[in-house]
Amino acid sequence: MALLEVENLKVEFPTRKGVLTAVDNVSFSVEQGEILGVVGESGAGKSMTGAAVIGLLEPPGRIGGGQIRLDGKRIDNLSPDEMRKVRGRHIGAIFQDPLTSLNPLFTVGKQLIETIRTHLPMPAAEARKRAIEWLAEVGIPAPDRRIDQYPHQFSGGMRQRVVIALALCAEPRLIIADEPTTALDVSVQAQIIALLKRVCRERNAAAILVTHDMGVIAETADRVAVMYAGRLAEIGPVARVLQKPSHPYTAGLMGSIPRIGPRPDRLVQIEGSMPRLTDIPKGCAFNPRCPKAIAECHHLRPELRPVADGAAACLLYEGVTQ
Amino acid sequence: MNAAPARMKVVDDRPLLSVKGLKKHFAMSKPLLNRLIEGGETQTVKAVDGLDLEIPRGQTLSLVGESGCGKSTVARLIMGLSTPSAGSILFDGADISQAPAGQPAAVRRRMQMIFQDPYASLNPRWRVRDIIAEPLRTYGLCASREEERREVDRLLEFVGLNSRDGDKFPHEFSGGQRQRISIARAISTKPEFLVCDEPTSALDVSVQAQILNLMRDMQRELGLTYLFISHDLAVVNFMSDWIGVMYLGRLVEVSPAAQLFNSPQHPYTRLLLDTIPDLGMSKRDCVPASGEVPNPINPPSGCHFHPRCALANDRCRRETPNLRAHDNGVRVSCHAVEEGRGDLPAVASAGNDHAAQAVI
Ligand SMILES: Nc1ncnc2c1ncn2[C@@H]1O[C@H](COP(=O)(O)OP(=O)(O)OP(=O)(O)O)[C@@H](O)[C@H]1O
Ligand SMILES: Nc1ncnc2c1ncn2[C@@H]1O[C@H](COP(=O)(O)OP(=O)(O)O)[C@@H](O)[C@H]1O
Ligand code: SF4
Ligand code: SF4
Ligand SMILES: [Mg+2]
Ligand SMILES: [Mg+2]
Repeated sequence: MALLEVENLKVEFPTRKGVLTAVDNVSFSVEQGEILGVVGESGAGKSMTGAAVIGLLEPPGRIGGGQIRLDGKRIDNLSPDEMRKVRGRHIGAIFQDPLTSLNPLFTVGKQLIETIRTHLPMPAAEARKRAIEWLAEVGIPAPDRRIDQYPHQFSGGMRQRVVIALALCAEPRLIIADEPTTALDVSVQAQIIALLKRVCRERNAAAILVTHDMGVIAETADRVAVMYAGRLAEIGPVARVLQKPSHPYTAGLMGSIPRIGPRPDRLVQIEGSMPRLTDIPKGCAFNPRCPKAIAECHHLRPELRPVADGAAACLLYEGVTQ
Repeated sequence: MNAAPARMKVVDDRPLLSVKGLKKHFAMSKPLLNRLIEGGETQTVKAVDGLDLEIPRGQTLSLVGESGCGKSTVARLIMGLSTPSAGSILFDGADISQAPAGQPAAVRRRMQMIFQDPYASLNPRWRVRDIIAEPLRTYGLCASREEERREVDRLLEFVGLNSRDGDKFPHEFSGGQRQRISIARAISTKPEFLVCDEPTSALDVSVQAQILNLMRDMQRELGLTYLFISHDLAVVNFMSDWIGVMYLGRLVEVSPAAQLFNSPQHPYTRLLLDTIPDLGMSKRDCVPASGEVPNPINPPSGCHFHPRCALANDRCRRETPNLRAHDNGVRVSCHAVEEGRGDLPAVASAGNDHAAQAVI
């Protein structure tokens, strides 16, 4: 059994103009120790998927259908109190802006110690020792002194290290990292990504890494899920999806990313832009931009089906032909 | 694409833009509490600290570097949006370094700027038509309303929008379309030179590709010269003939683009190239650099990069290196490169994040 199973997940926002579906029928699983990358353009539903799994959807957002199971047990229908225990102990979170995860009024040590003792009962002195070990583990120099400092005394990259320590100190088996390096400089980004990878590997923790940066995914993830307009377009092993994408959207996306190397005259261009939630096209959501669209794409919605060593949602793989 | 009349190709090998010794220092007073404790002196941020560069006609020079290294400040100085503390800015031979924005008109209308945030740079209460026409009016470039209307329609279509879009407001457009509007506005005065400060950083990759393609097409068709600013090296690779790498207000290396990627010379350039996540390097274990970008308020002595550089020695801590010309048009400011000991591994690896470099 996979560590995390997400089945037909729907995330909805009721609005005056009707219910908007931000995540629409998304299914995937994450194995023990695996890093699953989630990519897609802004508004594709990446963060909402992560927030649903960790039980942090902001009202009026709500899970409108489907199931989320951790170790086979449903966690999508837990009470806020029960979910708070799962969060931290079993699932850790890292967000883009380290300041949202850190309380500016308390020293980093106090926050670490409290998190450790909430989930792993132990005397305060021992928790402090653990906290110092964690700061060292995430590469904070002189952790025995830094532990008594406040978040604002750390630089951006250092704060994100503290957040990683905070997400990991209760030894969760799944980490959800939503754009953990987007606010950081490239040289610092590389440090944080390497750290996250190493810690996951050493502790056999699994991670869902949400980012719009394909380069980060290429270097970090085992498998990648590509989202478009709230739906899963494709999922599969990273190297294969990047080199030989099955879905026309993934193919366009890969071609449109500039690369280091010989300089082409033009980048591959997908015309138009992703639709808003209020006007998702009928049939395949990608059809107005798809160079391979056939007549059926305008009214039939493709299902996610096994393709190659992964899965894709495209009518071209459903035996629909012209 | 509905091209503007092709310009005659005049061979002129003087650089269109030439910047020498450019500096911008900001006086910063410390927060009150610190002043009370530590004494009252003000500090200076040396946002740009002695910059030399030239951009040949019809080519693109890009500035790269991490946040706060001074890229946008250089852009603002060149556009006259900020006055240099020292140095000269020659545009086609005319020194505009002390001239305010828009002055002298005969020179300034030949240079325009595109900003990162296409929303903030467009007046939300104006129709797109008026936004695009504003520079035409400022410089009195259209004889009649009718001519102005025709010109705006032409510009809208040139950047891939519809002439009907002129009657809408900015909020009715997506980020990519808004950036097309800013481009139409920027090229309305038929400038020869565009300063583009992170023009695609706020856009999604598929939309970024559309805008970058448009900018390359425009350069080919209109013979434009670009100063392009980005922190994304892959974007810079696609756009540039020349690349200048900045670190804390100074240029550490200026090279032909291919040269910079194939054989980066400065230890900081090498660090940047080693640390960017790249699609080609699937599941690589990169060796991250230690340390963070230091604070520009109190930059390290000598070579600003020395605390992060494995090749640093006493001379580096004492003496500021200058840009020196090497073969193939490469200019580097590094004592180790100058002394011929620049080939050693340049980056101190980051303590326990260290992992062997393995490319799968
Ligand atoms: N008006 C100002 N007053 C004081 N300091 C300033 C001012 N403008 C810029 N600076 C400082 O000058 C330095 C360079 O800033 P600049 O905006 O040019 O950086 P940048 O390279 O464009 O960074 P980014 O990649 O984040 O856009 C920074 O340390 C910044 O804080
Ligand atoms: N409070 C809300 N009300 C209505 N729509 C929302 C709300 N929050 C998010 N959305 C929509 O949900 C969609 C998915 O958002 P998100 O998961 O944040 O995208 P991503 O992380 O992929 O950029 C977007 O179209 C967004 O506009
Ligand atoms: S279903 Fe049709 S429109 Fe959608 S991706 Fe496949 S071919 Fe393109
Ligand atoms: S070798 Fe010296 S001069 Fe060169 S980058 Fe390193 S510290 Fe600077
Ligand atoms: Mg998001
Ligand atoms: Mg800037």
